[in-house]
Amino acid sequence: MNPGKIARRGGLYAILAGFVFFSAFPFYWMVIATFKKDHDLYSPLNNPFLFNEPPTLDHLRLLFTQTHYVTYLTNTLLVGLAVVAITLFAAVPAAYALARWARGWGETLGIGIFLTYLVPPTILFIPLSRFASIYGVQESLWSLILIYPTFTIPFCTWLMMGFFKTIPKEIEEQAMIDGLSRFGAMAKVVLPLSISGILTVVVFAFTLSMHEFIYALTFISQSAQKTVSIGVPTELVRGDVFQWGPLMAGALIASLPVAVVYTFFLDRFVAGFTMGAVK
Amino acid sequence: MSAQVGERGGIRDREGALAKLLIAPAVFYIVAMIGVPFVLAILYSLSDATTGDPELHIVGLLNYRAALSDPVFRKSLGNTVVFTLISQTIVILLSRVLATALLKPFRWKGLVRFLILLPWTAPISLGTIGWLWMFDSIFSPIDWVLRYAGLLGTKNALLGFQTNMYWLGVPGLAMASVILVQVWRILPLATVIQLAGLSSIPKDLLEAAEVDGAAPWRRTLMITIPLTLPIISIAFLFGVVFTFTDLVVVYVLTRGGPVHATQVLSSWTFFKGIEGGDLAQGAAISLFMFPVLAAVAVLILRTARRTEVV
Repeated sequence: MNPGKIARRGGLYAILAGFVFFSAFPFYWMVIATFKKDHDLYSPLNNPFLFNEPPTLDHLRLLFTQTHYVTYLTNTLLVGLAVVAITLFAAVPAAYALARWARGWGETLGIGIFLTYLVPPTILFIPLSRFASIYGVQESLWSLILIYPTFTIPFCTWLMMGFFKTIPKEIEEQAMIDGLSRFGAMAKVVLPLSISGILTVVVFAFTLSMHEFIYALTFISQSAQKTVSIGVPTELVRGDVFQWGPLMAGALIASLPVAVVYTFFLDRFVAGFTMGAVK
Repeated sequence: MSAQVGERGGIRDREGALAKLLIAPAVFYIVAMIGVPFVLAILYSLSDATTGDPELHIVGLLNYRAALSDPVFRKSLGNTVVFTLISQTIVILLSRVLATALLKPFRWKGLVRFLILLPWTAPISLGTIGWLWMFDSIFSPIDWVLRYAGLLGTKNALLGFQTNMYWLGVPGLAMASVILVQVWRILPLATVIQLAGLSSIPKDLLEAAEVDGAAPWRRTLMITIPLTLPIISIAFLFGVVFTFTDLVVVYVLTRGGPVHATQVLSSWTFFKGIEGGDLAQGAAISLFMFPVLAAVAVLILRTARRTEVV
């Protein structure tokens, strides 16, 4: 390697290191707080980046035994699974129909559905909070289960529509020649070919539900009904005293698994946003 | 064409009816849970409804006038614009640099990608909690480094003799802090969008320019930037949508404080309409976000369509 090349290589690694530090440091900071003794954590003169005293599992123990953390995780899981089910039921058939019978109106309706994804919770939450009290679902996971599909359905319909378009029509036509009905051709031939698209929908519907904060903040104030994205920031505080150890542990444990899965699917998520602007 | 093949009557084979049936659940959901509430938001904004008395008595544009004459509302409007434009301009510049770097081959790419995407892939309220602890008024590690470097906490220190910066307690610093965290959070999304744009540039085009003797900066200016401009716009516009209407970072870090220094339209809507129970005022404040949203949506569609034609 010549010196110029080495310098460019060094520059590249310096840039990457800087960005990795910026992105990941808050999570490193969570790891430190999770295992640090309170005495070490709350001494302003101690080096905050290192363990000045041996690490401890006290915060984790407190998080899992003295707080509703496990309930938050369970609630998140329940809401996520229910939202996935509703999303699959509504988005997959709609996406198929829009992709297959798209002569002008299919494309337009598809874009229209996608645009509703951009209507933010901060405009809808006031009327929806009235709906929730009229139908008696406020303070219940049901309000979240019913409302979260308002953002998962538009986005997942759009994603699946793109996916179905990549499956050639001839496959269904052949299946119908072989005696399947129009519906049968979809259900028995196209859907099995779409497993990876459907998996994407499952991942997104679950991830987007788990990430959601504003609706949960609006509709749920009882501790036992909270999901993890709202429970950790609002409940793991005793009075005005932040219990940073358990708080960071709770944030970290809930973040990592979903982040790992999401990372593998992010490219498809972004493909939905770029809408044919990239070929 | 295909319909004649399986002509056996019944809904399973009638394409038009089947299409409508398959689309119905999604459209029903969207109309009932987005369309109706949206219309209701407009009605609320024209009424005097509160949580205590949710009846719709139409009072006209009173709420909009009240909002416009409220200093907190005007402060929030200005803050929202500053918060959105500054954070998204920084995001576009940084994501460009980061995307260019990520295109090059290097070791541990999978791990680097995972760490860089973390702010977007982890739930944002939980990531922001990490920042809340980093901005702590006593135990902030940033302050510790500043003190260690002698910039803070001694008599002649550059940043003052006090031992802490109080990141979220001083108006200007609080705004800078929420902008920083918003940049942190949107950067991965913009980077992945820009990566898609950069990797779609035909390699032979750049190589041909290199053979013709075009300097690197010239190749960037004449080929890369014009070709990726639509995708840069898309990244910017989605960043704007997600920033302009969101309240998570502001809510978790400052609750709009100190003294409304970081109050934005969406957080003010929340405090007025949901916590304060003034449905009508809240709805009116939130609808001030709509014109911007609509304009951005139109721009997104135009950008996407223009590139499709080319």
